Amino acid sequence: MSGNDDIAHIEEELPLQDLPLDAWHRAKGARMVGFAGYHMPIQYEGIMAEHSWTREHAGLFDVSHMGQIAFSGEGVDEALEHLLPSDIKGLKPCRQRYSMLLDEEGGILDDLMVSRLDGAAFDGAPIYMVVNGATKYDDIGWMIERLPDEVVMNHMDEQALLALQGPEAGDALAALIPETADLIFMQSGPFTWRGVPLWISRSGYTGEDGFEISVPAADVTLLADALCALPQVKPIGLGARDSLRLEAGLPLYGHDLTPAVSTIGADLGFAIQKRRREEGGFIGHARVMKELADGPGAKRVGLKIEGRMPAREGASIYAGGMQVGEVTSGGFAPTVGAPIAMGWVSLPHSAIDTALEIEVRGKRIAATVAPMPFVPHRYRRKA
Amino acid sequence: MSRYFTEDHEWIDVEGDIATVGITEYAQEQLGDIVFVELPAEGARFEKGDDAAVVESVKAASDVYSPISGEVVEANGALEDEPALVNSDAEEDGWFFKLRVGDASELEGLMNEAAYKKFVASL
Repeated sequence: MSGNDDIAHIEEELPLQDLPLDAWHRAKGARMVGFAGYHMPIQYEGIMAEHSWTREHAGLFDVSHMGQIAFSGEGVDEALEHLLPSDIKGLKPCRQRYSMLLDEEGGILDDLMVSRLDGAAFDGAPIYMVVNGATKYDDIGWMIERLPDEVVMNHMDEQALLALQGPEAGDALAALIPETADLIFMQSGPFTWRGVPLWISRSGYTGEDGFEISVPAADVTLLADALCALPQVKPIGLGARDSLRLEAGLPLYGHDLTPAVSTIGADLGFAIQKRRREEGGFIGHARVMKELADGPGAKRVGLKIEGRMPAREGASIYAGGMQVGEVTSGGFAPTVGAPIAMGWVSLPHSAIDTALEIEVRGKRIAATVAPMPFVPHRYRRKA
Repeated sequence: MSRYFTEDHEWIDVEGDIATVGITEYAQEQLGDIVFVELPAEGARFEKGDDAAVVESVKAASDVYSPISGEVVEANGALEDEPALVNSDAEEDGWFFKLRVGDASELEGLMNEAAYKKFVASL
């Protein structure tokens, strides 16, 4: 047995950790499950009700399991442009970008948000990154090995992260912090609430308007209470977070995105700006350029399902007798009122409106390649 | 009429040689919002423990086992249009299917209501 195997084994055996809001979730009646190494709330009153509440009002999600990392030091922009395919040098203060970590073959190691900070936030570091909870330690290990000594990475595990999402999120947050009303989608900034320093971005993963709020773990209970005391806001669990992001057409790392798939196939080419495509200089560039020229072998697509029976992750997708893909996320979509899915389909079968079949428990159900999002995004793009 | 329960959280009402099968209040509560129920065809024959139906919540699909051997004589068509009936009335109108009992002695190993309540409390 190799040393790596030993580490993997130990990780599996580690007990689940508690998030800073653990007791708060339980007091709110959450059903807790293990996710990304933590006890997390899957639901409070029920996934359907929480999903609808978020689409109509505002939902508060605890996403403190995600990794929050600050980068500083000489040459940090250049160093991150080697690791990320996105334009970091052109990222203005208080702006955020969706990006990803790619491996040498262009496979996706994680998807993430990267922002340029401003002022004294996070000890004056210039760059802030939020990565997925389940992958954060692997991401940090990957980056440590590839960053020059001058660049310092600070994993801020003393920070909690809340997401406030929904059409009433703007009004709700403005009730506590009026200055947040001026933020637009993918803009961020430092704010203070009752003396507590917050870093807030207007972003999220539900397709709705909303915010992501980094708050010291010591103050997160106070903030969560203040938000949930507002008439627009209820706590929402992981279950609805998943159905909301699926309807919004947003991929979930570890399911729709893995090291086996590429940026262009995943339809995430927007994260690689023109200069980066042309100049390269990032890990995985060759794969991106090849697939931009020749097309990817397979694409991530949306699938509308006929009937009521959901098709879930792992179900095979067929064109006649030939398997042409696999469902990577699927389930009942409460706002759509029908089952939907996301999957990977070989390029010749990936065009919108292509009729396909999905095998569920030995039966074939009809599915059609559909444009995403399934529910229109309602981001606040202008002040 | 006698009602029996299984450790897989199914209930069985037996009247004469017909057994009505559903999932318990505890099971529907654990599953959450139910969005689809796949029911067995009339005439299907099951051995005790066979997969007989599938109940799907927003998050996941779960198998429902045949608690005893028998032949399906009726499935609850109301669940096709309104799967949420399982949430609102799991132990009455939300029944899944009726079986002609194949071997009445299989009922002897099942729990009565008091034993099932105790079993759930221990979980």
